[in-house]
Amino acid sequence: MTDTTRDLTLPKIDQIFEHDQVINMGIDKEDCDYLIALAGNPNTGKSTVFNDLTGLHQHTGNWPGKTVTRAVGTFDFSGNKFKVVDLPGTYSLLAITEDEVIARDFILFGQPDVTVIVVDATCLERNLNLVIQILQITSRAVVDLNLMDEAHRHNIEIDHHQLAEILGVPVIPTVARYNKGIDDLTVAIHNIAAGKIICTPYQINPESAVLNHAIEKLEKEIQMVYPNLPNARWVALRLLDGDQRIKDAFRDGAFDQMINRN
Amino acid sequence: MRISEKVEAKSFVEILDAAEDLRWNIGQNIHEKLVEDIYKNAAQIADQVVTRTTTELKRNYFGHRLDKIVTNRITGIPIMLLLLTIVFWITITGANYPSSWLGELFLSVIHPWLKKFSNSINLAWWLDGFLLDGVYLSTAWVISVMLPPMAIFFPLFTLLEDFGYLPRVAFNLDPVFKKTGAHGKQTLSMVMGFGCNAAGVVSTRIIDSPRERLIAILTNNFSLCNGRWPTQILIASIFLGSLVPPYMRSFISATAVVGVALLGILITFVLNWVLSKTILRGVPSTFSLELPPYRPPRVWQTIYTSLIDRTLIVLWRAVVFAAPAGAVIWLSANIMINGISIAEYLIDFLNPFGLMIGLNGVILVAYIFAIPANEIVIPTILMLTVMTTGMNEIGQGSGVIFELDSVSTTREILSAGGWTILTAVNVMLFSLIHNPCGTTIYTIYRETGSKKWTIIATLTPLIMGIFFTFIVTRIWGS
Repeated sequence: MTDTTRDLTLPKIDQIFEHDQVINMGIDKEDCDYLIALAGNPNTGKSTVFNDLTGLHQHTGNWPGKTVTRAVGTFDFSGNKFKVVDLPGTYSLLAITEDEVIARDFILFGQPDVTVIVVDATCLERNLNLVIQILQITSRAVVDLNLMDEAHRHNIEIDHHQLAEILGVPVIPTVARYNKGIDDLTVAIHNIAAGKIICTPYQINPESAVLNHAIEKLEKEIQMVYPNLPNARWVALRLLDGDQRIKDAFRDGAFDQMINRN
Repeated sequence: MRISEKVEAKSFVEILDAAEDLRWNIGQNIHEKLVEDIYKNAAQIADQVVTRTTTELKRNYFGHRLDKIVTNRITGIPIMLLLLTIVFWITITGANYPSSWLGELFLSVIHPWLKKFSNSINLAWWLDGFLLDGVYLSTAWVISVMLPPMAIFFPLFTLLEDFGYLPRVAFNLDPVFKKTGAHGKQTLSMVMGFGCNAAGVVSTRIIDSPRERLIAILTNNFSLCNGRWPTQILIASIFLGSLVPPYMRSFISATAVVGVALLGILITFVLNWVLSKTILRGVPSTFSLELPPYRPPRVWQTIYTSLIDRTLIVLWRAVVFAAPAGAVIWLSANIMINGISIAEYLIDFLNPFGLMIGLNGVILVAYIFAIPANEIVIPTILMLTVMTTGMNEIGQGSGVIFELDSVSTTREILSAGGWTILTAVNVMLFSLIHNPCGTTIYTIYRETGSKKWTIIATLTPLIMGIFFTFIVTRIWGS
């Protein structure tokens, strides 16, 4: 089906009749200033957020797992051009299904400037699983706390300031359906992309001392060979978990490519 | 094994080796520990920032009560059938006026104007015929026949989707699909197929397992697409129309279409089962479906996006295929060999075979010409019938496809062409069970990337159609 190793430049958006686009590790960043990834659980309103940001009218239906083609759009802000990629909705990034692989590969190897994680405010705990995993891969992230109107209807209140403090990244409440909060979201995205805000994202420290020790040792080994790798710790975790795709990525030279690009 | 404290990696090989050593040392359940840690952290954070202002979670009451009725074992499926009938009825009645209006515009206004224009510049008769009667007319027909129903069906379908009803349909039908060895998500592609089979094939992308996706693609043709409704409606009107008072006509038409559609759904299930027992053997994969909360659809936005995303794209593809078809039809009717047109040769050649399966040569030739787009079947049949029976006062000349407003005139022409009730029944059957249209074949090829499966997808319904019409003819005759 989709061949992720071909080096394709993404076509321009004014081709409304061709939505088939391939996500791969050779994303063309030439024609934009910043590359933004949209991640999140299925059915959180990701595609609505995408529409709000880019104005491109992708159909967003009330059917879980709706995005069947990879949508790409652009918007301008503060004199910069932003390219937004709508990733498939995933519950986690432990990379078992094809959707998870695509999402994770893009965040890891595609190296977006900002990853926006769209979260359903009515079931925060479940959504945080993905947020925590993404924050281990990248520190350049914004959490979009969406569906605030539904949370309100269910009498759920979320202290988003405190959440931002804990997570170490901006948390922006939105109601994407009615375009509320999208301006604040755009500002946050821009601030992270332009380096005006540096985040220190939440990190998990495993309870087991043995595991902790192993992570640290492996992290050091990785940093010896790939000194500029920002998420060496996460890679160490994945290797300890026996993640086959990460092992293959080493053998395929994907990590070498990443270092060279930096 | 002791973990060496020295850091000695020079390349990824050492890294991978070190990882393996460490894994052995830590023990078996690393994965569980890691996942547990994530869950624990998520719970802790959520605890700190989330407060419920009432102790009881006010669940989506309306949604729950509605679901009790809609996914009920007894009422669930009748409700689905009812909704399907309503959607079909709205589409059919709603499309009537725009279709005839567009037909008027294209045929009685623009076409004569184009003719006058080509006359004034002394365009060669064959170029005039080829472009204006062949290409233009068939494109005009496809647009006026296809656009109105699609502009109604797809928005309706999308509104239902937005509302959240469709996952419930998948939920209701999942047990049936499981029993036939297919996947519950095939419901969506099957229902999409009622609008357009090409769109239905594309929508199979939501099915993860390649085997089940292929089953969904191969059987999508039996979803009676919008382009075939006019054929069913016309024949239903000719036979049942004379039996009921005029105000009932569109209701009867809708019911007839629903009936044939149901037959198509039945065939889908049977073919699913056959395929998963023979060439696409396997076990149905798990289907975890999240029933999203019901949400009020954003009506105008939905109508707008579905028009652009679905209707216009489908229409565009149909036009691209229909224009050449019109050219071919005109050419075949006007290129003479020994004073007889190519079309007539084909008709005579196929007539014996046609009669054997309860159709006739004209119908078969029309279906060959209509491979690009199902909409032009009836107009082509009428044109060819007029041509072969020499009823030259009707229509606009040789090789010019047309349709008629009057049901009775149509019946006269068809009777003159040798149609009987058997013919009509077989045409309705064959319209449901024949090869997919050109656009769909092309889409199947693009989605599967495989010539083999595209050929199977094309030939299987055709062979089935010939088989069924043959059987019906034999039984009728005895």
